[in-house]
Amino acid sequence: MLQDKDRIFRNLYGFHDWRLAGARARGAWDNTKGLIDNGQDWIINEVKASGLRGRGGAGFPTGLKWSFMPKNDPRPSYLVINGDESEPGSCKDREIMRHDPHLLIEGALLASFAMKAHTCFIYLRGEFIRERERLQAAVDEAYDAKLIGKDNLNGWDFDIVVHHGAGAYICGEETALIESIEGKKGMPRLKPPFPANVGLYGAPTTVNNVESIAVVPDILRRGGAWFASLGKPNNTGTKLFQISGHVNNPCVVEEEMGIPLRDLIDKHCGGVRGGWDNLLCAIPGGSSMPMIPAEQCNDLTMDFDALVKLKSGLGTAAVIVMDKSTDIIKAITRIAYFYKHESCGQCTPCREGTGWMFRVLDRMQRGEAEKREIDLLYNVTKQVEGHTICALGDAAAWPVQGLIRNYRHVIEERIEAHKAIVKEAAE
Amino acid sequence: MTKPIIIDGQLVEVEPGTTILQACEMAGVEIPRFCYHERLSIAGNCRMCLVEVEGIPKPIASCAMGVTDLPPNKDGAPRKVLTASPMVKAAREGVMEFLLINHPLDCPICDQGGECDLQDQAMAYGVGGSRYLENKRAVEEKYIGPLIKTFMNRCIHCTRCVRFMTEVAGVEELGAISRGEDMEITTYLDRGILSEMSANVNDLCPVGALTHRPWSYIARPWELEKTQSFDVMDALGSAIRVDSRGPSVLRVLPRNNDDVNEEWISDKTRFACDGLRTQRLDQPYVRDGGRLRPASWDEALGLAAQKLKAAAPDRIGFIAGDLVGAEEMFALKDLSSRLKVKSIDCRQDGAKLDPWLGRASYLFNATIAGIDKADAILLVGTNPRVEAAVLNARILKRWRQGGLKVGVIGEAVPLTYKYDYLGAGGQTLQEVADGRHSFTEVLKGAQRPLVIVGSGVAARADGAAILGTAARIAAAAVEGKDAAGWNPFNVLHTAASRVAGLDLGLVPAKGGLDVAGQLDAAARGKLDVLFLLGADEIDVPVGPTFVIYQGHHGDRGAHRADVILPGAAYTEKSATYLNTEGRVQMTERCVFPPGEAKEDWAILRALSGKVGNALPYDTLAQLRTELYKDVPAFARLDSVYAAPIDGVSALAKVTGNIGADPFVSPIKDFYLTNPIARASAVMAEMSALKKTMQGEPRLKAAE
Repeated sequence: MLQDKDRIFRNLYGFHDWRLAGARARGAWDNTKGLIDNGQDWIINEVKASGLRGRGGAGFPTGLKWSFMPKNDPRPSYLVINGDESEPGSCKDREIMRHDPHLLIEGALLASFAMKAHTCFIYLRGEFIRERERLQAAVDEAYDAKLIGKDNLNGWDFDIVVHHGAGAYICGEETALIESIEGKKGMPRLKPPFPANVGLYGAPTTVNNVESIAVVPDILRRGGAWFASLGKPNNTGTKLFQISGHVNNPCVVEEEMGIPLRDLIDKHCGGVRGGWDNLLCAIPGGSSMPMIPAEQCNDLTMDFDALVKLKSGLGTAAVIVMDKSTDIIKAITRIAYFYKHESCGQCTPCREGTGWMFRVLDRMQRGEAEKREIDLLYNVTKQVEGHTICALGDAAAWPVQGLIRNYRHVIEERIEAHKAIVKEAAE
Repeated sequence: MTKPIIIDGQLVEVEPGTTILQACEMAGVEIPRFCYHERLSIAGNCRMCLVEVEGIPKPIASCAMGVTDLPPNKDGAPRKVLTASPMVKAAREGVMEFLLINHPLDCPICDQGGECDLQDQAMAYGVGGSRYLENKRAVEEKYIGPLIKTFMNRCIHCTRCVRFMTEVAGVEELGAISRGEDMEITTYLDRGILSEMSANVNDLCPVGALTHRPWSYIARPWELEKTQSFDVMDALGSAIRVDSRGPSVLRVLPRNNDDVNEEWISDKTRFACDGLRTQRLDQPYVRDGGRLRPASWDEALGLAAQKLKAAAPDRIGFIAGDLVGAEEMFALKDLSSRLKVKSIDCRQDGAKLDPWLGRASYLFNATIAGIDKADAILLVGTNPRVEAAVLNARILKRWRQGGLKVGVIGEAVPLTYKYDYLGAGGQTLQEVADGRHSFTEVLKGAQRPLVIVGSGVAARADGAAILGTAARIAAAAVEGKDAAGWNPFNVLHTAASRVAGLDLGLVPAKGGLDVAGQLDAAARGKLDVLFLLGADEIDVPVGPTFVIYQGHHGDRGAHRADVILPGAAYTEKSATYLNTEGRVQMTERCVFPPGEAKEDWAILRALSGKVGNALPYDTLAQLRTELYKDVPAFARLDSVYAAPIDGVSALAKVTGNIGADPFVSPIKDFYLTNPIARASAVMAEMSALKKTMQGEPRLKAAE
């Protein structure tokens, strides 16, 4: 279990003052100038040494991502922080933004400095009203205290723009987010060119998750080695886990990477409703990840590599726990509906495929289907996966694939039961 | 530096910036596509062009992936692209199935049937049956104007139309609303599109979602006779394909011609063709007791010849109109010189263009394709958007690439691109010429400047002075520059016949009268016979003058005529036209002239016989031999040869006072500029729509 001394988010629950004074008391903005004076390369190397992997879902090494920014480019560079947190199950970034916003602002300054960016955009999800108010207030405080802004105390001219989205899941995709900031319809761009070459307003841009940025000041103060000593190799550091669903105490908690799922649920959430044996399955990383059935959950550790081995993923570490009372087909149908609703409509497989998958599932959850349609459905998910511009197609396909892989018998039973009822009624 | 890539086992070397799809085309491998179009930006959204690249686990959209963007193989060997692998086949079948699940199966009643990309590619790359058991999507119908019929259930969301409207037509009136499978293409406010180029989206639409409304349910594509020809609605000479069935022209479509129209045509070029069926002069008429009555060719020609013979040569006038071909103008000129008539003119609008100064003084010298290279453009008294819509799109294309400054002297009208408004008229022009205006520096600083003068200002009383001043600006702009062969002076004509007429010298000989002079003489009773060859843009005064009208439409000229000789329209004869840059292009006969109407050169030949001074050619081939002897350049079809720049220098010496009136475009109504368009019901509807929409104050406030 994570010891208190290694905790990065010391006001995760908002029990203390979120303002500048409180943040300073907890160690934020302490000798930031000293960190900046160490230079760009030092910051990038420390972050690389920490082994920090992006907290937004894909788990790409953050330091490596920063080093992709072109050197000596005449265009301005931008840091864009993705606070669109729309993945169902995820609720960590909002806690940072409303309870410890100065961690994010300080991290934004340090990361921007490392990438020679003078402007940072923080893109907030449309539904985050209070979060925006807090974050904006904190940004204003930082300006007033001359921590950021022109000619600030830290010696790096730096502006933060808090940009409020209009509430679309797809705007969490980095290029759709860039389009949205530019005032266009949130639709992902074709890659290449990647944002590091042609991003916001055609300039080099790095898009990072809120949590990835908020941990940077602590990594730099305590050293990359400290962060790397936590967790497991290649899955280092601490992580905000968000547990929802059929547990006794749903919560957001900071823990070491690689913590066993069972520890996470039993120690922090008061256990699965009705006991561990009542667990049906868990979705480990937000709704787009395939579920892990209970029998595989016993020894499961929560890190990127272990979950990929089980054909799932850590994603945002938003654990959705389902006990045996769950109608798993209905649950996945609801997820499929979400992706149908949030598909941007740009490219064909996702636009047409998400609706098809949802409609077949909708019949299946009532049993009004044929058994051969299970294979058809699986085939459709395969036609969507990997054929789209962005990863939303994959995100829509994976939960359905997980359902069919793990619970084909449940679907078949449902179809048979329905056939029996129809037959009885007909007789 | 080229880069090698192996396409289905075939090695090709490609330039940097080439996409995989283009590389495949170079290797002769067909890649299916819907959203990709050579002349539009890359959207990459249909996913039909997916290919496999060895070593990359996912299929790749070949339209969007540059060959140089592919990460190299570890051993440095060229990347291998597979377009027929099981992965590609499965991907294409998958995308095809997705496109079809919500596409209605109404091919039998769809106007796109037979020329539908979706139909063709479903046959080639799809699977036989459907596995989709749910209900198909229904989309509310949209109204986007009288030219474009929508059937939005059929839309596959390729966004070609949206990209065309934004990038080529330059009006952001078409877009997509809603997300996911609810996404819809719309004009937002359910109103028609106000663009002169709008109907090109019908060609771009790969399915039957956007089709030609005037053509709906009229014919099937395979029933049509297709003839390649050229357009005469403006002076660009856009390459067109005329589709006809039996005696009638049913539609006009663009052809590829990178030098002129790329592959766009204006709405007028496309849809004025219904005017070819109405208001036609299909037999000779003779005025009898104040009323026109049908007559035989013998009678009509006899009467015309009798009047011509009776009149003294200096009391006869010849005027050639805007749509006539070089052949009949040559015959007319020939006839006039045989009759010793000096008053002949092809400049119906009274343009002060003088062919004796040299060809360069009245041509679009830099050529239309030259716009692509220009870095500064000065528009003098012209609104290219209505005078030559396709040329305006070319300027927009160049402007979108950046680094182009446009200045306008004349009307401050929306041109689809941003420009510096310099002033309304002659005073500003004079300032630019004298170097007292900041735009002079822009022109001087440009490597390839253009000065484009509209035909409207050339037709003013002070037209010669304006042309001279513009020529001085152009000459000064390239002075001392190493722009080899770059001639910056350009005249943008509006009449298809004008350049050929000037090349043939259809201007009054010494002592002859020009158009205004002839009309004035007619008003004062000093003209006995006036011969109008398709001249419909002038008002011949009522009086004793005997008017012979030869043409194809019962328009202004025919109303005043005493004898009507029915001729052929541009789709009904093989005739030579020179566009505004002097490009020689020959139309083809697609259908026969209606009724007793004849080809125009033949009518003039017959008339000359009756006059007793027969022209020395009995066939079109003989006429052309004579024509080419006279002007050899007319034999060089589809080419433009540079006129010596001396013409501009000569024009630059012309001086005079420029009046204070502001410069205005000669075209007041884009849709009604010639007899064919004025006879077209579709053009009338568009004209009325445009007037009501522009008159609506609510819309103005919204804009």
